[in-house]
Amino acid sequence: MKEEPNERILLQGLAKNDKKAVETIYKENYTMVQSLIINNNGTADDAKDIFQETMIVLYEKARSGNFELNCLVKTYVYSVARRLWLKRLQHTSRYNGDIGNAEAIVPVEEDMEEHMKRDIEFDMMNKAISSLGEPCKGLIEAFYIQKKSMQDIALDFGYTNAENAKTQKYKCLVRLKKIFFAHYKNGKSDE
Amino acid sequence: MNENNDIMILDAIERYIRGEMNPDERLHFENLRKTNSEIDQLVVEHTLFLQQVNRFGEWEKFRNTLNEVHTDLSEQGKIHSDKLEGKAKVVYMWSRYKRVALIAASIAGITAISLSALVNSVAPHPKDPKLQELVAKFDILDNNQRVLNQKIENVDKNSQKNIIPSPVRYNGTGFLIDGKGLMITNAHVVKNSRNIYVQNNKGEQFRAIVLKLDIPRDVAIVKIDDDRFKPITVLPYSIRKASSDIAESIFTLGFPRDEIVYGEGYLSARTGFNGDTLSCQISVDANPGNSGGPIFNRSGEVIGILSAKEAQTEGAVFAVQSKYIFQAVDELKKNSIYKNVKISSKSTLNGLDHVQQVKRIEDFIFMVKGD
Repeated sequence: MKEEPNERILLQGLAKNDKKAVETIYKENYTMVQSLIINNNGTADDAKDIFQETMIVLYEKARSGNFELNCLVKTYVYSVARRLWLKRLQHTSRYNGDIGNAEAIVPVEEDMEEHMKRDIEFDMMNKAISSLGEPCKGLIEAFYIQKKSMQDIALDFGYTNAENAKTQKYKCLVRLKKIFFAHYKNGKSDE
Repeated sequence: MNENNDIMILDAIERYIRGEMNPDERLHFENLRKTNSEIDQLVVEHTLFLQQVNRFGEWEKFRNTLNEVHTDLSEQGKIHSDKLEGKAKVVYMWSRYKRVALIAASIAGITAISLSALVNSVAPHPKDPKLQELVAKFDILDNNQRVLNQKIENVDKNSQKNIIPSPVRYNGTGFLIDGKGLMITNAHVVKNSRNIYVQNNKGEQFRAIVLKLDIPRDVAIVKIDDDRFKPITVLPYSIRKASSDIAESIFTLGFPRDEIVYGEGYLSARTGFNGDTLSCQISVDANPGNSGGPIFNRSGEVIGILSAKEAQTEGAVFAVQSKYIFQAVDELKKNSIYKNVKISSKSTLNGLDHVQQVKRIEDFIFMVKGD
């Protein structure tokens, strides 16, 4: 495995959303991806989008327990970014051929599929939460995402006590689950 | 159920999943879960939901970090994204200009524009051969597995005695992993047999040989060795390399009797009997004869091999995780005859309903018989 020990540490940091690790990987790979995109019909904004999505793929990869990166992070990032950009180009019918240096890549199809699947699920959750409206959206986010305590939430949202806030949160949760699973089950059967 | 009731149940389930119950309450709830399948289903569903919310939250936080880092690095001048400089700027300008030129060109009917001089290349890094990690052998687990296997074998032998008066001693299930007749089953299905036959759903029977036995993990690779077997170009399902998530819905196909039988359930724990890390626990109806059968997720990927049934708990079945199929095949590849073996890695079943999936899969699932 051509994986340097400090890359392993970096990836462990990445998996924990450690800012220092994210910054190091960002710094070392951004320019490379940016040149790839700009050399192939993209803008600086496209480059940022594609690079950040690539980072998410790497993040997911680092977090999956069975993480085995058989190449340098740089090679992996290049491969994923290239694949994502090709997909976007094809999508907007801007280009239909090959781009970049095909010899410098590793197969990432499996990870891409995984990523697309997750992306759809995240999108479902995002839409479900957004469609809740306030105060439900705020309550759900405060408890399940920001992981605040019921006491703090009661204070922030002006409920008389934590018990009231909790009841309200559950009412919201029932609605959220209904919306989410309706899409989830649909999305899964007619993908 | 009225709304207050719903909320009380949801509250109990959520505290149960988050581990916030005291031991007594927990015991009580676990009993309720065992006896009430509706509650059990709700627990599974809510676990899945919490998993999704959590991942979503972490993903959002990671995106925030990315944006912060991007802003920081731009401000420090360590990346140049807003104001491009030097070569990057030239290329950027050129690529903008080029788009205008392309429009003009298409109007004028001119098409050829070459970019080759400006292509940046990134040097490829040669890959070293993958390091193989040694997996420790757990003797105790190994024994547990053997005892369980023995039990199943006994049950199986008994049931066989009454039905089939043939010399066939043992039945199990196996499934193809490539188009050329390579098949996976449990080691305990074939380890004591001299002659092995596999039979498909149409009743066609083929001779097979054992290529590899991994008794600790209970995986066997069998090859159909019969001229009447016609290779298949591509299998509809794939073998999953990554591990699977709890509460993921699954289905099985196997030969508990002379006909192929379908079963449905979900992945209930990532580890197997007594915390055995080689296997995982699933909830599905299984009988002796299902041993060695594939476990599919809803995308049509094989996530495990059905392997043993715990005696006391109804609905608890264990499975060998699919990644050990890859390990067994990697071992097999060390033999030069098999070095080109390719496991099916692309499922074409994603998005189909189970009826359609089973229709396309069933031809590749075999009954494994030995004597």
